[in-house]
Amino acid sequence: MGVEGIGARVVRKEDKRFITGKGRYVDDIKLVGMTHAHFIRSPHAHAKVKKIDSSAALKMPGVVAVLTGQQLVDDKVGNLICGWAITSKDGSPMKMGAWPAMAPETVRFVGQAVAVVIADSKNLARDAAEAVVVDYEELPAVADVHAAIKSGAPQLHPEAPGNQVYDWVIGDEGATDAAFAKAANVVKLDVTNNRLAPNAMEPRAAIADYDAAEEHFTLYTTSQNPHVARLVLSAFYNIAPEHKLRVIAPDVGGGFGSKIFIYPEEMVALWASKKVGRPVKWTGDRTEAFLTDAHGRDHVTHAEMAFDANNKITGLKVKTYANFGAYMSLFSSSVPTYLYATLLSGQYNIPAIHAEVIGVYTNTTPVDAYRGAGRPEASYLIERLMETAARQLKVDPAALRRTNFITQFPHQTPVIMAYDTGDFNASLDAAMKAIDYAGFAARKAQAKSQGKLRGIGVSCYIEACGIAPSKAVGSLGAGVGLWESAEVRVNPVGTIEILTGSHSHGQGHETTFCQLVADRLGVPISQVSIVHGDTDKVQFGMGTYGSRSAAVGLTAILKAMEKMESKAKKIAAHALEASEADIVIENGEFKVTGTDKAIAFPMVALAAYTAHNLPDGMEPGLKESAFYDPSNFTFPAGTYICELEVDPGTGKTSFVNFVAADDFGRLINPMIVEGQVHGGLVQGIGQALLEHAIYDANGQPVTASFMDYAMPRADDVPSFNLSHTTTLCPGNPLGIKGCGEAGAIGASAAVINAITDAIGKNNLEMPATPDRVWRTIHAA
Amino acid sequence: MYQTTYHRASSVDEAASLFGKSSDAKFLAGGQTLLPVMKQRLASPSDVIDLGKIKELQGVELSGDTLTIKAATTYYDIMTNADVKKAIPAIAYLTSVLGDPAVRYRGTIGGSIANNDPAADFPAALLALGATVKTNKRSIAADDFFKGLFTTALEDGEIITAVSFPVPAKAGYEKMRHPASRFALTGVFVAQTKSGDVRVAATGASQSGVMRVPAIEAALKANWSPSAIDNVSISASGLLADIHGTAEYRANLVKVMAQRAVAAAG
Repeated sequence: MGVEGIGARVVRKEDKRFITGKGRYVDDIKLVGMTHAHFIRSPHAHAKVKKIDSSAALKMPGVVAVLTGQQLVDDKVGNLICGWAITSKDGSPMKMGAWPAMAPETVRFVGQAVAVVIADSKNLARDAAEAVVVDYEELPAVADVHAAIKSGAPQLHPEAPGNQVYDWVIGDEGATDAAFAKAANVVKLDVTNNRLAPNAMEPRAAIADYDAAEEHFTLYTTSQNPHVARLVLSAFYNIAPEHKLRVIAPDVGGGFGSKIFIYPEEMVALWASKKVGRPVKWTGDRTEAFLTDAHGRDHVTHAEMAFDANNKITGLKVKTYANFGAYMSLFSSSVPTYLYATLLSGQYNIPAIHAEVIGVYTNTTPVDAYRGAGRPEASYLIERLMETAARQLKVDPAALRRTNFITQFPHQTPVIMAYDTGDFNASLDAAMKAIDYAGFAARKAQAKSQGKLRGIGVSCYIEACGIAPSKAVGSLGAGVGLWESAEVRVNPVGTIEILTGSHSHGQGHETTFCQLVADRLGVPISQVSIVHGDTDKVQFGMGTYGSRSAAVGLTAILKAMEKMESKAKKIAAHALEASEADIVIENGEFKVTGTDKAIAFPMVALAAYTAHNLPDGMEPGLKESAFYDPSNFTFPAGTYICELEVDPGTGKTSFVNFVAADDFGRLINPMIVEGQVHGGLVQGIGQALLEHAIYDANGQPVTASFMDYAMPRADDVPSFNLSHTTTLCPGNPLGIKGCGEAGAIGASAAVINAITDAIGKNNLEMPATPDRVWRTIHAA
Repeated sequence: MYQTTYHRASSVDEAASLFGKSSDAKFLAGGQTLLPVMKQRLASPSDVIDLGKIKELQGVELSGDTLTIKAATTYYDIMTNADVKKAIPAIAYLTSVLGDPAVRYRGTIGGSIANNDPAADFPAALLALGATVKTNKRSIAADDFFKGLFTTALEDGEIITAVSFPVPAKAGYEKMRHPASRFALTGVFVAQTKSGDVRVAATGASQSGVMRVPAIEAALKANWSPSAIDNVSISASGLLADIHGTAEYRANLVKVMAQRAVAAAG
């Protein structure tokens, strides 16, 4: 692997600027003549916008303009789109309620923008916003899915009767019913998957700059996928044509999915910059982040699992209500369908599965993909079911899982996914050994003697990553392909620039992607630069989400590298008067195998650009590109086991140990992988113990600041014990599965399984706050 | 934040004088409440008078059986002060679980009690220890100082200069942290005076702010031990209820935290 190659724990190149405060985020950028936008947002969950009076604001110092939703309509700016078409079981398309970037007539969640003030400074814009008088007529609102589907409930969209987005099914209902009819045991469970606010460290921001002479727009934005942003902004919103729009996502400070989507604010900034003839900047504050960044999860599910007399699973029935909030965000429709129900087989042989998912509008912030996106909901459901089943069937939870593991690959599940490889016993074994599962009973007894309730919880997760084969997702309704592109530019002096459509928002691409180059050429990573996040530099790309940047993005780089190396070998062979087949690349040199003849890589590069002595007919230069479309999803999997104690006096949970045994395929940089797992586990624990985005019955957010929304802190989580059990992914040449979401997918169930084991009661919703645990312990 | 005029007072008299000249001034101590509220535009004082650099408001003195903490002393300075640790270690412990390091470096005892947040830690210590609040005009017993949510006996423009604590025979504080804010979801301070009296105060629990807990005081006076509280029943009536804790849960916490505070006090 070399000191900087694949598998090396290379310190992150990008951290020098991040930890010395030299990162360059959107808010750090200042343009000449720049104005500042402040959005006027609805304080009501549901209301008619009767009148907006901006006359007083327009007279205030430094105010450039006050723009409203009606002006968007007048300028024929398009409504926000949802990019994945889902078809209901009756064959009808999903019901899309119109979502204008600023509401001209009706607001449907607290925080929805109705107007924007553009002024010379942020404070002046804010002052003027207070002088804009918006006359609302309040309407009844509904925040809860069950309330929203009741007859007589307040209706959000005329396009969606009964507030229903879709009623979608997957699997074989007849075969599933037959399995339940013959079942020896049936296990039933109701679970709620709590709504979460993403809370990236960097709030969303945008700067739009319209050049009237060139009729050209530049948009700096906090995006995980700047090319997708450009595509959507140009193709659907009638603001800027694609060839006249440059989207730049500089350093991005976290996203967890929330920065995939195209939001009203960047649309309005683009449109407004042309209207006012000056650059327009908007930086959200934390309150705006709570109110407008797409939330995650929010499922209410009833599930039943059928077992035969040998404790083998024979069938699974699931009915889920998914709360989408007030509007369908960019990829929201796919999250509780193709990213959720297709993973309901978990790690288990389940011959028959049937799932129904009912999408529901409510007067809340839109919900979309959040770290794991559908897969945490599936994994949590299945792993809570397995634990419940073990308790009901009175068998060891680990043993019950082992009885039902898939052990032959490839394995076609009844819900679309074909698992390519894995070794679920290996990760379960590794985790059980790491936590001394066999010794738990003695430790539990010891804890009991000290007045503590000790529990252990297992979670065996699987996810589908490396999103995704374009043809497959296209057949399921996706509006885009999910390949990735790369370009390798070798400079005349032999330094290398890798252009990629992946875009780091904290993952460390500037290090890991260089490690591939170092691995193949034997050059130091200091000789390699990663270029990303700018649509003028990188031709196209699909961005970073779904743990796809290594499995798909890095593979695209590999394909481009192979093309570049092939040409470079021809040049080297020509220079060394050898056969191309005899050229090998070692330690930055092209060598004739079995001889001491060699030419350094920079000399090959120089030869390509001087073009004085190239093979006949060869074009000058050394630059190659590739598009890579994966053949399948990848399937990271693993086992998490959590041991904890509950204080019966307070209901407070304290971790004793948390072990993770993951199979991510090949690791490029184990240090970065560990960081990803740590972060994911903390988010999973956060969901299990602390985090909950709550609305009252009238749609007012209760948790719109860190005073009420509990984010995990360092002392809320244990020191993790990580290990890897590796099976290489056969679907890509590097054998990579992906690691970005696993922790968030698998951790929650381990925690809740452990707490319920500790307190001896199975029903406990997330977040398991001390109050909730205490009340559960002491409930009659 | 709206426009405001910032003044850095060099003495208590100057601060009082500045206050008198202003139409709508606020005193600034550590700024842990006032500044966030101003940033959110929920407060818009015409003038902000900073007390933080006034020398006479800084420091800790131990004199006989009285520990005096000047009003603008930060939590960090209290937490690390040798006299505090020696005379009333429960106060040093209370400051160590108050907020986070950033809050402890800025926040002050005077700011905390003047604000009288119903979930703040220090009001419980003052009330349980029977402290005296010294101002630029008078001395106020803790029992008379706290007047309900965010309300105190302070008059307009009155400046807290110090808090004097009688050194107790035993004292302890235990707190269930609010999972988001790290204020007290419920915290209980127990103290046994050198004359044998017992005072117990709970914060974060009552809808009326910090409160004495007479039932626990009576039980502990009879028998200073955690088990003495086993059969005490705390009513949930009048207690706070929110997404982080029901009133019943807080009632339970009053009892459990009191037991643990007694155990910590020894």
